[in-house]
Amino acid sequence: MTEIENLKRTPFYDCHVAAKGRMTPFAGWIMPVQYSGVAAEHAAVRESVGLFDVSHMGEFLISGPDALANVERLTCNNVSKLKPGRVHYSAMLYPQGTFVDDLLVYCKGPEEYLLVVNAANLDKDFEWVNRHCEGDVSAVNISDSTAQLALQGPKAVALLQSVYPDLKLPTKPFRFMEAETDAGMTLISRTGYTGEDGFELYWNVRSGPGLWDILMKAGESSGIKPIGLGARDTLRFEACLSLYGNDIGDTTTPFEANLAWIVKMSKGDFIGRDALSAQLESGVEQSLVGFEMIGRGIPRHGYAISVNGRDVGHVTSGTMTPYLKKALGLGYVPAGISKAGTELGIVIRGKTAPAKIVETPFYKRGDQG
Amino acid sequence: MIRNDCRYTEEHEWAKKEDDGKIRGGITEYAVEQLGDIVLVELPEVGDSVSGGEPCGTIESVKAVTDLFAPVTGVVAEINELLLDEPNQVNEDPYGKGWMILVEPERTDSFERLMSAEKYEKLVREETE
Repeated sequence: MTEIENLKRTPFYDCHVAAKGRMTPFAGWIMPVQYSGVAAEHAAVRESVGLFDVSHMGEFLISGPDALANVERLTCNNVSKLKPGRVHYSAMLYPQGTFVDDLLVYCKGPEEYLLVVNAANLDKDFEWVNRHCEGDVSAVNISDSTAQLALQGPKAVALLQSVYPDLKLPTKPFRFMEAETDAGMTLISRTGYTGEDGFELYWNVRSGPGLWDILMKAGESSGIKPIGLGARDTLRFEACLSLYGNDIGDTTTPFEANLAWIVKMSKGDFIGRDALSAQLESGVEQSLVGFEMIGRGIPRHGYAISVNGRDVGHVTSGTMTPYLKKALGLGYVPAGISKAGTELGIVIRGKTAPAKIVETPFYKRGDQG
Repeated sequence: MIRNDCRYTEEHEWAKKEDDGKIRGGITEYAVEQLGDIVLVELPEVGDSVSGGEPCGTIESVKAVTDLFAPVTGVVAEINELLLDEPNQVNEDPYGKGWMILVEPERTDSFERLMSAEKYEKLVREETE
């Protein structure tokens, strides 16, 4: 077991304790899993606004004349198309086409890229990046010195604008800017992991305690809530945003995980391309699908999926979703039976409960915000 | 909140002796706080035999699945069917509307063998320290 004393604390540890967050070990950090409760926090993000401490995420700065060539080879999305001020979702792949990790790639300038990776994969990822970087390029792990907050929900944009009325905030998703805030120079990115509009904010921890208290106070009238890892997971799940270690991992490829849109085969060579090219030729054997339980029962990570009494796959994520109030799951099934409407059995504590494949994402926000 | 008119188990369940000797059981407020929002409760059927300290049902919160343990050995006389449709009653009122099972105990002294409120309070204090 991890000793509590050895866990890293984010710059907002005291804020979480003051807000009565229940603290739990996560990927070497001590993080808030919930404050007021998963359902109430989830609803706040869907209906107004929530603030997340995501400082445990990993950040690598890749810079130098050969930065672009290296990030292009390391990731599967088209980095050349990324102009300064743009960010995209992508993945690093093994030669066999499976995931090292999924990540965000920020283009800060023609010779400077920021990669944001999962906390649980940080060491593995940085080793992977270092092993494959070549030429005139430097890769620096700035994770420990980078604070990150996510402000998410339909009222997030108006809230941040009200705190900084003079800032011309990014108006479109997957755009970012860098500007002075109370935290010093801050990267303000119109991205998130909730299915809602909002921002992810990054800054150097040394440049001040940051924006937690300022945003919480400014958001009071909007009903802002601090959001723990529990609701972060249910929010991303409802929006069908993949979680590494659950829905994607080192045994699944982007094609199997419905992430073909982040793979740009035409961009030239990248690690994993040959294997994906072969898979494109042969077709995928398994496919990640969303399903809804027909009767009682809640699907959970690891449960078997069966058809006619035979195990055909497994559940990768599942819960009773707090907002849609449905028992939903994601899981891999043979590609031949992955169409919406197909009936599946979910094996829950030895009993098979009926479910049917439905369209994903389960939740898609309207045009508000 | 720990009620003095109940006895307790190490699995954070409460048990209360009714006037007719049957034992009513549910989970404690402390257990509810640990679990968070409860979204599904599976209970045994009336007439089922249950063993004290052994699983006899399931409680699922948004995040986790846990067993419901029978407070005493005996036969299930009644279950709280309200929870099948409104599992959140356990969060709202764990000692009242959120009760789970009523058991006809096999032995008349099985209730007295459970933990006193005072002892249970100490257990919770130790777990939260």
